[in-house]
This record gives sequence, structure tokens and C-alpha cells, in this order.
Amino acid sequence: MKTHFSNLKNGIVSIIEYFGGLTLLLFRTIFWTFAPPLRGKRIIKQANKIGANAVFIIFLIAGFTGMVLALQTAYQMRKIGSEIYIASLVSISMARELGPVFTALVVAGRTGAAITAEIGTMKVTEQIDALETLAVNPIKYLVVPRFLASLLVVPLLTIYADFIGILGGGLIGIYKLGIGRNLYFRMAFQPMVYKDFFSGLVKAFVFAGIISMVGCYEGFRTKGGAEGVGKATTASVVISFILIIAADCLFTAIFYFIFP
Amino acid sequence: MIKIKNLCKSFGEHLVLNNLNLDIKRGETMVIIGRSGCGKSVLLKHIVRILNPDSGEIFINGENIINLDRKKLSELRMKIGVLFQGGALFDSLTVGENVGFLLLEHSKKSRREIFKKYVQEKLAMVGLAGIEDLRPAELSGGMKKRVGLARAICANPELILYDEPTTGIDPIMAAVINDLIRKLHSQLKVTSIAVTHDIKSAYKIADRIAMLYQGKIIETGTSQEIKNSSNAIIQQFIKGEKEGPIK
Repeated sequence: MKTHFSNLKNGIVSIIEYFGGLTLLLFRTIFWTFAPPLRGKRIIKQANKIGANAVFIIFLIAGFTGMVLALQTAYQMRKIGSEIYIASLVSISMARELGPVFTALVVAGRTGAAITAEIGTMKVTEQIDALETLAVNPIKYLVVPRFLASLLVVPLLTIYADFIGILGGGLIGIYKLGIGRNLYFRMAFQPMVYKDFFSGLVKAFVFAGIISMVGCYEGFRTKGGAEGVGKATTASVVISFILIIAADCLFTAIFYFIFP
Repeated sequence: MIKIKNLCKSFGEHLVLNNLNLDIKRGETMVIIGRSGCGKSVLLKHIVRILNPDSGEIFINGENIINLDRKKLSELRMKIGVLFQGGALFDSLTVGENVGFLLLEHSKKSRREIFKKYVQEKLAMVGLAGIEDLRPAELSGGMKKRVGLARAICANPELILYDEPTTGIDPIMAAVINDLIRKLHSQLKVTSIAVTHDIKSAYKIADRIAMLYQGKIIETGTSQEIKNSSNAIIQQFIKGEKEGPIK
């Protein structure tokens, strides 16, 4: 019994320590973001790594999600003869929820893991120590460009995913369910208000912060050789996924209850 | 030039440096010997302030570096060159960008000027002229060490720290690195501190040798004085004997 309490206590302390470290890294990153010089080239390089390579995967995932969403709602809507509302349901679901979340999960799986692997390898091969001895702050050099690039690219990818999802739903709605093309797009965009679109974008910014911070933090925490890098990479993806879904739940509740 | 006073550092329960004291004169090459894991690299990392001590002081040119602010610490680091055990070259950069990294980051000189005036010269000094466009992944272990050395000396430092300069390379390449360290020392007139457990290398490059054991410097002397030491711990270490006071 005593051991169980002790394990529970250690577990809680570890979680508090982890979030403390993550928050500290976020504050340091914000501090170093405003410390000159800001090297635009590094941000663009990272943005390219995060964004350009994810475009095709997001095209597939968002497109199929839109199609599945249309088919699943058609199953119910047909019963009450309201297929026309499928377009609105797909567009609002994509903008408010599925676009930001799926984009974030794809970026966390691809880029978050890559950030951890790269920084983790630098840590275990003393490259981060080398940066410090060369009078370069590792947070300024490694974290700031990745953080800013994520904040820039994840919302853009989210907007792209929203549109691809609506188009995917359109494929089913127009060609399978027989909704007219003009009617589908009118029904998709007309009921959408700015809040639907912006609540998704706010989530995308938060998810971008989570992915870059967890990716970098796990990289800096890496210990041991190749095995340590592998473990850190796995942890980075798992923790990012959990935090993305938790943050999604929190922000959905905030937008529902506080800013209805 | 460097005075280390009562330096203590522990990791968890493990006391690595225990009231360590050491003086290093300007222009000399001091080699710190000791078993693997005895705290030699930890000591080096304190001198360049990658690690902070639990207690104690380190004076470089009369200034206590433990309490330096961010700006002064940056200035100090620019005067120190460090050669890491595996080279620690940045994988994402070319050899030339690695060697000129400090100047590319901190000086107002153009990239072209840095490459022409510094990078090519330093690569030639370590016998690797013309490889600035290669990537670190394309180099052998010995080449990586030499590129790491070129990076360490690129901005003409006052102090060079070598962490296990001959570990992990073949004996011939080790001899090349040792000669290079001696040559650089006589050409650049810098103060150098090397940590190693390779006693042959220590004899070749050292003006003085210090033995680190159980967190303390137990003896300091020239190569000859260390060879003739009456201390059983030193004799066991330099002769590489299994039996003796070191367990």
C-alpha cells in the first residue's frame, strides 16, 4: 500500500516537473524570440520542412475525412430527408474541429518527431554543448525558429485542410448524393460565421505551440545514445497527441461556454 | 591564467568534483589525466561554464567566471576554443560553416571574407585544405576531430580545451592529432588544457600533467615528474596495472 502511494506521489511530482520544464521552455523561447537578431532564413527553412512536406499527407487525410463525414451524415440525414444540410455539417465540423485537430496530429507525428530526433541527436553527440561554447544560445538557435515556423505554418495548413475537407465532402455530396454543385457550396459557406473559422485558427495556434515546445523539450531531455533518441521521439509524439486532444477539449469548452 | 579554487560538483548522490584546486599558467599545456568517468570532462565543462558548480570559484585572467552575466559569459566563450570528444560538428552545416561558425554568428565580416581569411587557413593548418563544402557525415573519425580542432582555433582563442583528443581514433591518427596540438601550441602561443586517459598522448603534448582522482587533483608535475612519482595511485594508472590502490 505504502509503495502504491509512493509511486503515485513520484508520478505526480514527475508530471508537475514536466509541465514546469515545458512552461519554462515556453517563457525562455518567448524571451529569445524578441532578443535580436531574428534570422528570417532559419524560420523559412523550418517552415519549409514543416509545411511543404506535409501538404500532400494533409490533402489525403482531410479529403478522406470530408468524404467519410459526408457519407456518415448522409446515413442519418436521408432518414429525415435533409441531405442538403450535409454540406453545412461538413464545413462547420472541418473548420471548428477536424481541420485543426487532424492537421495538428499529422504535424506532431511528422515534424514533432523529427524535431525531437534532431535536437536529441545533437544533445547526445555534444552538439548542443558545442553551440554554447561557441557563444550561441541553443534556445535562440534551435527552438525559436521551430516555434515561429510552427506558429506560421500549422494555421496555414489548417485552412488548407478545411478547404480540402469541404471539397472531399463535396465529391460525395455532389456526385453521389445528387446535391447541386452551387447549392452544396452555398450550403457549405453560408451558415459559417467568422467564429467558426477563427475558433479553429485559435486552436491551430495552440496546437502549433504544443507541437514545437514538446518536440524541442523532449529533444533537450534526451539521454543516452541512439536508444535514448528513439525513446524521446516516441514520448514526443505520444505527449503531443495527448496534449493536443486535451487542449482541443478545453478550447471547445471555452468557445462553447464562455464565447458562445 | 586559470585558478580553480575548491570546486565541488555532484550529480544526485554522486560527488564528482570534491574541493578541486588547480592553477594553470599562461601559455602552458596542462593535461589532466584520470580514469574514465572520474570527472575530467565535467571539469572542462565548468571552465567554459556549460556546467555550474555547487560551490567553488574559477578565475580566468583574474576574473571569477562563476558570476558572469550573459553578455560577459558570451565574450568569455568567444576567447575559448573547445575540441569535443567526437568532434561535435553540426550535421546540418558544411565543414566550412562548422569551422567558421563563431565568426558567421558573431562578427560583421562577410561570409566570403570569413571563408577566405579564416576557414581556409585553419583547415589548411589541420591538413584538410579544400574540404569546406563536404558534410560532417562524409568525414572519417580522425577528420572530424581535425575539423573540430579547426573550429576551435578559428577565431584565434586565448585558451583551447581538448576533451579526449585521441580517443576513438587509430594510433597513427592519434599521433597526427598529438603533433597537431603541439604545432598549434607553438604557432598560436595559446594556453591549453587537455583531458585524457591516454597516457602516451599526455606525455607527448603536456608541459605539465595533473592527475584527477576521487574528485581531487592528487599530483601535478612535468611528464618526467609524473613518471617518477612515488604515489602508488599514479604509478598504477600510468603503468595500466590491474592491481593497486585504484579499484
